[in-house]
Parts: sequence; structure tokens; C-alpha cells
Amino acid sequence: MIAQTLQSLPQVLVDGVTLGAVYATVAIGYTMVYGILELINFAHGEIFMSGAFIGTAILLVLNGAGWLAHLPKLLVLLLTLLVAMALTGLLGMGIERVAYRPLRHAPRLIPLISAIGVSFVLQDVVRFIAEWRTGNYIVTGVTLYGSEVNFGSITVKSNALFVLGAAVVMMAGLDLFVRKTKWGTAMRAVAQDKDTAALMSINVNRVIALTFFMGSALGGATGVLFAQQYGTIDPYIGFILGLKAFTAAVLGGIGNIRGAMFGGFVLGILEMFASAELGPLTGGVLGAEYKDVFAFIILIAVLLFKPEGLFGQAVKEKV
Amino acid sequence: MSFLVLENVHVYYGGVHALKGVSLTVEQGEIVTLIGANGAGKTTTLRAVCAQVKVREGRVTFQGRDITNQPTHEVVSLGIGHVPEGRRIFSRLTVKENLDIGAFSVRDKSLVKRRLEQVFACFPRLKERLNQKAGTLSGGEQQMLAIGRALMSEPSLLLLDEPSMGLAPVVVEQIFDILKDLNQRGTTLLLVEQNAFQALQLAHRGYVIQNGEIRMADAARTLLENEEVKAAYLA
Repeated sequence: MIAQTLQSLPQVLVDGVTLGAVYATVAIGYTMVYGILELINFAHGEIFMSGAFIGTAILLVLNGAGWLAHLPKLLVLLLTLLVAMALTGLLGMGIERVAYRPLRHAPRLIPLISAIGVSFVLQDVVRFIAEWRTGNYIVTGVTLYGSEVNFGSITVKSNALFVLGAAVVMMAGLDLFVRKTKWGTAMRAVAQDKDTAALMSINVNRVIALTFFMGSALGGATGVLFAQQYGTIDPYIGFILGLKAFTAAVLGGIGNIRGAMFGGFVLGILEMFASAELGPLTGGVLGAEYKDVFAFIILIAVLLFKPEGLFGQAVKEKV
Repeated sequence: MSFLVLENVHVYYGGVHALKGVSLTVEQGEIVTLIGANGAGKTTTLRAVCAQVKVREGRVTFQGRDITNQPTHEVVSLGIGHVPEGRRIFSRLTVKENLDIGAFSVRDKSLVKRRLEQVFACFPRLKERLNQKAGTLSGGEQQMLAIGRALMSEPSLLLLDEPSMGLAPVVVEQIFDILKDLNQRGTTLLLVEQNAFQALQLAHRGYVIQNGEIRMADAARTLLENEEVKAAYLA
């Protein structure tokens, strides 16, 4: 039994890292917004879902017009990603402006409820548009890279390689931006102390808008990649994936960007492991369908034993 | 035309009337100090200048321009530096990043570099700690960083909120020397202090604030001799 587990381990790792990349990039959106506003943006999963639909819509339109066959695939993927990022980024900024900024000084429960409201609105709007254009809210998109690549005993969809590659590039870019640029530094300053940041002539609202734009664009791009990976999407994919990405963010220490990346990969690998091995390891008592339970057991365990997460700050510094 | 003018400024915190018609002026090139007990309204007065509290009634003008309730980041970019109470440095950022943030509105990189050198000339200690997280600095160093950070925007008016708080007398002396030096090089200072004796020795003029109202306004030397001030704040 152990030998069997070991044998399938490389495949589990590859699949887990791919899934983890999705969790990680979505988790960044949760953690960035939490870091700056101490708000859990529950609409973030729906931004991810909107990105998936925007990407799928672009590809379906290109395909319908007969252009897809004539354009280089990589170019199409890059353009789709960029358009989806721009649109979901603006969507995130708009949500902040309309649903969160007016509640900036309200008790913390109020914007949370507002976020849940935005989730429902986005689900229903996307469902309405999808049914109106395609007749069904479950949409099957165009897969750009359908082939599989074999490395010895491991099989990888070529799509998965793009998911991983794009996610890693985006995460590295974001990390550099936040640590090295003037606006990235301003973002960290605003996250720590908004009043004092304003005294440094930083336009705090603009920094918050930028944070929403970047976090949402990452989420939207991940949606495009997810649709490529899985082929079929519906307006409710953001809910469970959002919860898991949120779990990843908590696992890494909410508010900590590198922590969210790490948490995403850990969660992805653990989940794939559970999905592949729970059946064999428990002699068939628990099957792969328990993999979601696995993710939330982790969330509960983290909240119980290390509520600040793996890389979070347990206490505020002295002033 | 006075440099900074507060006219009949009223501020409320919820139902609490914190400033009850504060009026004061600061002329260009002066050091003015605002002294008073805890909770008298010293910090609130400074926060009213930078629009960090809402002015319900009254007017604040800087260089003849009405800045009442304008957004904070716009007010400070007119040339006001603010060293807030409790220093409020960005403890998770490095010393260098804190100073860079102080020059956020400055586009010219060579100018930022020049000002950095000027700050190091005032506070050589900061240069040694450049890449350290600001939260690991000692209290005195943090105060130096807070002042250095405010100087990075080269303000024409510097507001200081209790720069001596929690510091050893030696360090306080050092910081007051630097303030005097800054003023001689042309920066106007509005200094809020509980350490009234030292503040009045440094300042040209002083105001005494009590329960949100200005009680006395005079030359600093006169206030130092005043029996009432002596009894209440210099004992």
C-alpha cells in the first residue's frame, strides 16, 4: 500500500502544484485586501469566476468569427489574459468604490455583509448573461492547448503548464512590485497606518483602489487559466474555490502576500494527495470526495492552533 | 498675511467638544509652541491643520489659502510636514523605505537623494541603520526617523507633536538642538509639548491651551516668567 502511494506521489505533486498555483493567485487577492482594509472581500471568488467567463467569452467570440485558427495560440492566450485582467481589475475597483468605500468607517460586520451581497449580484448577472447568450448557464469554452505531455510515469496536460507558468510569473511580478516600487512601498505603508500615510502626501483612496485593481486582476487571470484547465465553467465556481483560496490565505497568515502563495501551494498539494490517496489509505472507507473536507479541516486546525497563520504577525509591534 | 492661521476652530469627537474656537497664528520663520495639559486639545489642534479631524466651524489658512477640511494628502503637499504624536513610523518598513515614503510627492530622484543626505547630516544614526526594520530602532532613533521622514518633503512649515515624549533628557536636548538649527535655516515650526519649560526656551512665542480654548498668548520669554504658567506647567 505504501509502495503504491509512493509510486503515485510524483503525479500527485505535479497536479497539486498546478491546483496550488490557482489557489495561491486567488489567495493573494484576499490577503492584499485584508492587509489594507482588514476586510474579507467575499466577492473575490466571484471576481475569479467573472474572469473565467470573460476569458471564455473572448475565446468563443474569436472562435465564432473563425479567427482562432489563424492566430498564434500563445498570442491569443496572452491577449485574453490581459483583457480579462483589465476588466476584472476595473470590476474590483468599482466594487470597492460602490460597496466598500462608503462603509469604510462602519462597524466591520457591515462591509462583510455588503461583500456577500456583491457575490450574489455577480453570480446572478453572469448567469443572466450566460443564459441569454448561450441558452445555458453552464458554459463549455474553447481549449487552446488540449494535448498531454508525458514525463516518464507522469502525465501533464499542456494547459497545466501554462497555468503554472502564468501564475508563477504573476506572483513574482506582484512580489517585486510590492517590495521594490514606490507605489508598492506606499501600499505597505497604507496597510500599516492610513492616517500617517496620508500625512506623507499619499492619496490613500488611490492606493486602496490600486490594491483592489491588482488583486482582482490576478484573480481574473486565474479564472481564465482555470477555465482553460477544466473546460466547463458555471457562475458558482467562485464560491468553493474562493473559500479554499481564503483558507490558503489564512494558512499563510492573512495579510501576508508570500504567506498566501505558500499557503496556496500547500493546500493544493494536500488536497490532491487526499483526492488520490484517501481511498487506498483508508481501505475505501473514505474516498476522493472527502478532499474538500480535508481543506476545511486544515482551516479549522489553523484557526485553533495557530490563528495568526504560518507567517502572520501574532501581535502588533510596540509603538 | 500670516503664514498659518487658525480662526475660531471648533472640533467635536462624537459628543465631546474638543476645540472650542481655537484661534492662533504662526508667522513665517517663527517657532511657536502650544503648551497645555493632557487632553487640553494640543494634538487635536495639529490634526485640525492637516484635516485629520473634521473642523465643524471656523477656518484654517496656510499661506493665504483656505485649507479647512481639504484632503490630508493635498494639505501636506502644500509644504506642511507633520511629525505625529507617538512618532507613528512605519515599523514594518525599513528606515530607508520610511524616508523614501516621506518624499512620496517628490518626482525628481536626484532631489530625493540630496534630501536624504541632508537628513543624514542631521541624524547620522539613521544612516547606520538604513536597511533595518524601523520597528527595531530605539525610541530616540524612531523620533529622529519621524522628524527625518517629515523633512524629506522639505516642508516650509513643520508641525511637531510631542517630540520629547518618552525620551531620555540627553536625547531630548539633541532633538531640540536640531529643531533650533532647522528653524535657523528657514523652517517655520509649530511645536506641541508637555515639556513646557524646554519648549518655551526654544520658541519665540507660545500659546497655552486649556479645555479646548486658548487661555494665554504671549512671547515665550514672558510666559516663562508668568506665575500662573509657572505654577501649572513648569512646576
